[in-house]
Amino acid sequence: MAGLELLSDQGYRLDGRKATELRKVQARMGVFAQADGSAYLEQGNTKALAVVYGPHEMRGSRGRTLHDRALINCQYSMATFSTAERKRRPHGDRKSTEMSLHLKQTFEAAVMTQLYPRSQIDIYVKILQSDGGNYSTCVNAATLAVIDAGIPMRDYVCACTVGFVDETPLADLCYAEESGGVSSLALALLPRGGQIALLQMDARLHQDHLETLIEAAMTACKGVSKVLDEVVRQHLQEGSVLTGE
Amino acid sequence: MAVDMRLPTIRKTVSLSVDAFDRKDLVVPGDVITSDTGFMRGHGTYVDEDNLTASVAGEVQRVDKLICVRPLKTRFNGEVGDVVVGRITEVQQKRWKVETNSRLDSVLLLSSVNLPGGELRRRSAEDELTMREYLQEGDLISAEVQSVFSDGALSLHTRSLKYGKLGQGVLVQLSPSLIKRQKTHFHNLPCGASIILGNNGFVWLYPTPGQQEEEAGGFYTSLEPVSLSDREVISRLRNCLLALSAHKVLLYDTSVLYCYESSLQHQVKDILKPEVMEEIVMLTQQKLLEQEG
Repeated sequence: MAGLELLSDQGYRLDGRKATELRKVQARMGVFAQADGSAYLEQGNTKALAVVYGPHEMRGSRGRTLHDRALINCQYSMATFSTAERKRRPHGDRKSTEMSLHLKQTFEAAVMTQLYPRSQIDIYVKILQSDGGNYSTCVNAATLAVIDAGIPMRDYVCACTVGFVDETPLADLCYAEESGGVSSLALALLPRGGQIALLQMDARLHQDHLETLIEAAMTACKGVSKVLDEVVRQHLQEGSVLTGE
Repeated sequence: MAVDMRLPTIRKTVSLSVDAFDRKDLVVPGDVITSDTGFMRGHGTYVDEDNLTASVAGEVQRVDKLICVRPLKTRFNGEVGDVVVGRITEVQQKRWKVETNSRLDSVLLLSSVNLPGGELRRRSAEDELTMREYLQEGDLISAEVQSVFSDGALSLHTRSLKYGKLGQGVLVQLSPSLIKRQKTHFHNLPCGASIILGNNGFVWLYPTPGQQEEEAGGFYTSLEPVSLSDREVISRLRNCLLALSAHKVLLYDTSVLYCYESSLQHQVKDILKPEVMEEIVMLTQQKLLEQEG
């Protein structure tokens, strides 16, 4: 490990959190009037904006129409100013394409697409500031946007990244930890049923540790889901009061 | 020219009544509504291991044994008889595709429009070729929902002289849930403009027409210049609609008219300022309450 002590002897991490502690999550729903659904979510210093259009008629390539369910179309992009070094291409590179695919898989597991045959649901997510855990922040923001659009979902999808350092799982990694050579794992969970929507790990880890790591990720996701739940309920109350019904 | 600029502030909303908080009938996706199997599953719900579970965030509505969850904001779910305002997106064989804020594009069949020349005209192959002369891509129409297909797409018709192509006016796109269902959605407001409150959330504002040429069958569009005073009234109405929708007030002829009246002391462009908006909406709600009882 390159000189950085990711977990101190006292059990504190680089940014002063405990091993299982999440970063502060703040979110708002319905930030745009034009889109069907939108949300803004901050997870520590990682900030994401998600917009949902649809379900609507297939636009562009008609050939992709699915006759028994809706097509989910995701686009992940990072603002050019989101990272320490300015990015050249906000979207369309390998990494973003892969991320778009992951998002699509995640939401196909949660959204009840069979209710909307022949239509299309667009989910656009943009990272405004990147400080680790981009995938999970995107998933959490997009969940809120989908709920805001009134699209039926089985449950919330909550995501979290966890890393493994000194035999201890660390929840919700920040950029310094992610780049510090930690073997990290991203997990998207439907918290109520405990079903996994997506699990991704591309680092080496002893298989004995995998279970504890997944366990830690699930706990972290459930923590995120509580915060999202609060945000949605707050939004719901504000909205329903006003329609006065 | 002076430009009005201000710092971002938290949006405030008019008339928050405290008792409406902590309502029990609000659910979020994944919430179990009931584990009793005697209920029927409606929109916005699904069955998960014998539990009736919500799939959208909204309020629970119970009609006898049927449980539905109605989301706060959603696309237009058309029903037969709804008045809609839509835009032509495509001209196909014997049909037009119309964008109506629904989850699929609606269909307007050539056989369900009134062509110029009377009710009983036969539709020939020639009509099919000249469809684009009646309605082309980008045109706005008002129509009524004739039927709903199994996949949720709507079939429209314009078989009445009040429906048809829209000429000069202003389109305002709002949330469909804000439009109050009424006997009529066409209103000639006494302030000098007319309004079509489409059930799909599209609202059309236009100068009140004079005597119309009946033979045109709804495809006649007047290109006469609209007077400045009419345009001012329409602009004011548009801003009033935006103000009402920002504060989630139900839209119908009375609420729009009251809002128009309470906005008269302000300039048209000022109506969109948050504090003016708030004041106008407050006055409107007061008037509506007085009128009710």
